[in-house]
Amino acid sequence: MRVRRRPHAGCMPMAKLTLEVVAVSHFFDVSRPLLQRMFTREPRRRLRAVDDVSFEIASGSTFALVGESGCGKSTIARLAVGLYEPSAGDILFENKTLSSARAQPAMRRRMNMIFQDPYASLNPRWRVRDIVAEPIRAFHLAKRPNEVQGRVGALLAQVGLTVRDGEKYPHEFSGGQRQRISIARALASEPDFLVCDEPTSALDVSVQAQILNLMRDLQGRLGLTYLFISHNLAVVRHMADRLGVMYLGRIVEEGPAEAIFRRPRHPYTRLLLDAIPDLEQVGRARTPVGGELPSPIAPPPGCAFHPRCPLAAQRCRVEKPAHVIVGGVAVACHAVEEGRDG
Amino acid sequence: MALLEVHDLTVEFPTRRGVLRALDRVSFSIDTGEILGVVGESGAGKSLTGAAIVGLVERPGRVAGGEIRLDGQRIDNLAAEPLRRIRGKRIGMIFQDPLTTLNPLYTIGRQLVETMQTHARLSDAEARRKAIGWLDRVGIPAAAERIGAYPHEFSGGQRQRVVIALALCAEPALVIADEPTTALDVSIQAQIITLLKDLTRDHGTAVMLVTHDMGVIAETADRVAVMYAGRIAEIGPVAAVIRHPAHPYTDGLMASIPSLEHRVNRLRQIDGAMPRLDAIPSGCRFHPRCPQVFGRCTEQQPELLDAGATQASCWLHANG
Repeated sequence: MRVRRRPHAGCMPMAKLTLEVVAVSHFFDVSRPLLQRMFTREPRRRLRAVDDVSFEIASGSTFALVGESGCGKSTIARLAVGLYEPSAGDILFENKTLSSARAQPAMRRRMNMIFQDPYASLNPRWRVRDIVAEPIRAFHLAKRPNEVQGRVGALLAQVGLTVRDGEKYPHEFSGGQRQRISIARALASEPDFLVCDEPTSALDVSVQAQILNLMRDLQGRLGLTYLFISHNLAVVRHMADRLGVMYLGRIVEEGPAEAIFRRPRHPYTRLLLDAIPDLEQVGRARTPVGGELPSPIAPPPGCAFHPRCPLAAQRCRVEKPAHVIVGGVAVACHAVEEGRDG
Repeated sequence: MALLEVHDLTVEFPTRRGVLRALDRVSFSIDTGEILGVVGESGAGKSLTGAAIVGLVERPGRVAGGEIRLDGQRIDNLAAEPLRRIRGKRIGMIFQDPLTTLNPLYTIGRQLVETMQTHARLSDAEARRKAIGWLDRVGIPAAAERIGAYPHEFSGGQRQRVVIALALCAEPALVIADEPTTALDVSIQAQIITLLKDLTRDHGTAVMLVTHDMGVIAETADRVAVMYAGRIAEIGPVAAVIRHPAHPYTDGLMASIPSLEHRVNRLRQIDGAMPRLDAIPSGCRFHPRCPQVFGRCTEQQPELLDAGATQASCWLHANG
């Protein structure tokens, strides 16, 4: 497996890194039961959810992963907070492997997660103040009850809720307010690193704007580092400093977000950007991307995108493309490497 | 005369704590071959409007007032059976989730044939031939072989193609598409929207496209109605509503959508949330969140008023 450290493009050459993901793969075993396999002589089947992915996140910045369903972005989110162990490769949190970092509560409290569905991720039988207080108690960040209450009140105020809201139950809140509660809970352990898995996908746009603004305010105020997962390119554009575009478990393009949006190079990134309906182009006819997403159990050989790619050539059908650096952006595409991308 | 005319449509839900008015005197029309987009946030009443038109408001909800005319004929007071014949034949429907729209126990061919034979006299062979034609038209590869397949054998995008074939196969004059692409990935979304647009144009079908995605509306619809808390806040040609919104809510909504073209430091946000049905404010329903609120807004509910190229229910436009 190739392990190549990419040079950091842009303004901060030796910035402190919060998270380094080095050649990480993650497989799910989707084989049939053993007995059935013996009778039918089927081999084991593995789903490659994440395939040889590397990236790093500088402290205080936002790294976004974008891609369609099944591309492996949520699996990476779970890997990054240690909910899954990588099948291969390493994840380093401040230069320590994630598994050893998570063995110490003092390190573990420094990373947390915000989930997509604010309806499913809050315990409906707990009052909001108890939901927010749980990490404080779990990590013994405050001992006396009134100290805990004081912290809860400050956290609720930080996300735009009031102390009185702490007495209520989650069902008394709208989706956007529930996501504020999730953020308050995530901040309760005083983390530096937050993994946000589609934090606004379940929300209406006007509420989405409130939450995105809040997240950026908090980042500025508390110096948070975000791994931001989304399928919405416009949201990613608003949030990301660096960006990785995923397709079938691999990062096909990775670099400074501005550079990628200014000039997308991988054909998939281009098609994705082209497929998005745009408010500023009323009545535009879209160029639809042909074909469907292939199954990650049996990804196409060579470049996984070749069956849908307008630039596919013979080499793309047999050889997996490695990343090449073009204009500070890493692109995994033979056509870009050969200059066939026009 | 417009193909569909909705006048003062009101839908109410009786509850223990009083009657909730989910739609309040909603009026609009759709011409033959026109695509009307209906946008709004969850709970604004956009899906309910579509359901009310085809008489599918779930009990205990009821249409409490207003008129719905299709080709000049009233359809809101029809009995169950004549209304059932209009659904499918005159008005086709496409819903968000293709998996719950299709019957998992029947092949897609059987579902298409059954739909066409319900609404037209067709022999089995003829219906089958037409069904293959429709599958082909919606872009299902090898349609003649796939006609015997079950819904679970198709991907999400293909299933939505089958649903579109089902909605269009009886050649209705109007299609109500409720969030037809919301469950799909963007690259598949583009395919489905293009397909829906092309097919309805070829057949001169009018479309009521209900969605929360302003981008989909921008590239698909001719006119758009923006709904807020059970009322139409603004209605007009798509370009005018997007570029020169006349209602402060539409204005805020447009500004809160992050753009692909340029990055801003802060998105403009509308503070607060849409009111719940049991706590509708007096006067204009948007006034507690409106940055341009003034005295009259808190007392009197505005009707749709001419506001340049669009119509907005906002007192800012009281004098033309």
